[in-house]
Amino acid sequence: MRPATTLLPVGPTALLAEVADAGQALSLALFARAAAVPAVEVVPAATTVLFDGLAGPEDVAAVHRLVALWTPGAPVADGDLVELPTTYDGADLDDVAERWGTDRDGVVARHAGTTFVSAFCGFAPGFAYLDGLAADLAVPRLDTPRTRVPAGSVGLAGAWCGVYPTGSPGGWRLLGRTDAVLWDPARSGGRGDRGPALLAPGTRVRFVPA
Amino acid sequence: MRAWEVLDVGGLVTVQDAGRPGLAHLGVPRAGWLDAPAARHAHRLVGNDDRPATRALLEVTLGGLRLRSTASRWVAVTGAACTVSVDGAARAHGRPEWLPAGAELRLGPATTGVRSYLAVAGGLDVEPVLGSRSTDTLAWVGPPLVTAGTVLALGEPAGPPVPVDVPAVVRPGPLRVRPGPRADWFAADALDRLCATSYVAAPASDRVGLRLAADSALERVRPGELASEGMVLGAVQVPPDGRPVVLLADHPTTGGYPVLAVVERDDLARCAQVRPGGAVRFVRVP
Repeated sequence: MRPATTLLPVGPTALLAEVADAGQALSLALFARAAAVPAVEVVPAATTVLFDGLAGPEDVAAVHRLVALWTPGAPVADGDLVELPTTYDGADLDDVAERWGTDRDGVVARHAGTTFVSAFCGFAPGFAYLDGLAADLAVPRLDTPRTRVPAGSVGLAGAWCGVYPTGSPGGWRLLGRTDAVLWDPARSGGRGDRGPALLAPGTRVRFVPA
Repeated sequence: MRAWEVLDVGGLVTVQDAGRPGLAHLGVPRAGWLDAPAARHAHRLVGNDDRPATRALLEVTLGGLRLRSTASRWVAVTGAACTVSVDGAARAHGRPEWLPAGAELRLGPATTGVRSYLAVAGGLDVEPVLGSRSTDTLAWVGPPLVTAGTVLALGEPAGPPVPVDVPAVVRPGPLRVRPGPRADWFAADALDRLCATSYVAAPASDRVGLRLAADSALERVRPGELASEGMVLGAVQVPPDGRPVVLLADHPTTGGYPVLAVVERDDLARCAQVRPGGAVRFVRVP
C-alpha cells in the first residue's frame, strides 16, 4: 500500500510530513500527539505537519513508524466547541457581501451558520486558522494591509477565518469583532483550563451574532 | 528585595533562559538565549549549574549596560568580548567576579561578537510566562525589555562559583548545512551555490534571523507561494529576493518561504555572534 504521506528531513532532528490539506494535517497531528510521538513540537499547518526536536535516529525512526500507522481521511470533529459572541460591524462587511453576491445579513447567516475547526495556529500566539468555509466563498487578502487591527477582530483571508488575538497589522477582510480573550499566557492549560490559546488546533468554533 | 536596578542600556538587553519549546503549535516562538554555550558557561561560572535551563540571565546586545545591585552576588560575563568593571575598577570577562551590595556593574560595548551574557548566582527571578523567563522579541511573550529603570529580582544562590571553567570550543570555518525540505524549489545547483557564495551579515539581523546579503541571488525554479509550514531553528529560508535568512530563536513558528538548507545545531552559536558586515560562508555536510 502506498504510504499516505511523505516525510522530508529538516536537518537531523526534525521531519516534515506532507499531506493533502489542513484537515488531514490536523488529523495526523492529533493522532501523533495521542500516540505520544517523541517530538518536542508537533506543528500542523496548511498541508504539512512538522515533527521537531527529535533526539536522535531512534526518534526519527519512531516518527516514520507512527506516521505509517496513520489512516488519512478520518475527519476531526470531536474537539471542544467554543462559541464566540460576535458583533458583525466589520469594515469589510459590505465588500465581502458583494463578493458573495448577498447582503450583510446574508454574510452573517453564512458565517454564523458555519461550524469551523481550528486547523493550526500561526502568525501570532493564539492566532488560529479556522477551516470550514466553502472554497467558493474564498476572498483575497487586502492589497494593502491595515497598520493596526484591534484584538478580537474577526476576518477572512482565502477560505480561512481568523480572530486577531492581539492588536497587530493585518490584511484579513474584517467581518466583525468579539470580546472573547483569544490569548492569555496566564491560562495554564491544566485540568478544566483551556490553556493560553482559546482556539488551539482541533477546537470547534461557532460565531454567535451578539 | 534583593535586586538589580538597571541604570542604563546601550542596545537591546533581554532576560533569557533556555526558552519555551513545545508551544509552536499555538504560534509561540521558542525564544531563549541565542549563544547557548556562552550562556551556559556564564551560569556554570556563578554556580547556577543545578538547573541552568530555567535560571535566567541577561543577553546584552552590542551596546553595553550599567546597573546597581542591592545584594552581594557572584556574577560572570561571557560571550561577546567587552570591558567589565565594578565601581570603575576593571574586572575579568569569562570569570566569576564578586559584585558587592551597592556597587555599580558596568559592561562596555562589545569589541568582538554581538551578544554578551551576564549571569548572577541564583539567576534573575522574574515572573515566568508559559514556563520560561525568556523575552521573545517577535510576539513579545515573556518579560518586557530591560531598559533604564528596570528592576530585576535576584534568586537565591544555589552553589559556589566555579573559578576554573573553559568555554565550549567554537569551531571555526563555514556554517555546516544539510539540504532543506524545499531544496526542490530551487535550481539543482542552488545548495552548491549557497556554499560557494561569500555572504555578509546584514544590519537588519536580529534575534529572529541572521539576514545575509551577497552580489548574487539564489533563484527559484518553482513559481508561486508555498503554503505556510512549520519552521525549525537554523532553517535557511530564501525569500523571493534570493537573500537567505538563517532562522534564530525568535523565528515565527510557521513560514511561507521555502527552506533550502538547515544549519547544524552546534553552529548556531556563531550565527548569534556575527557582526553586521561580518563574513558568512556555508559548507555542506554529508
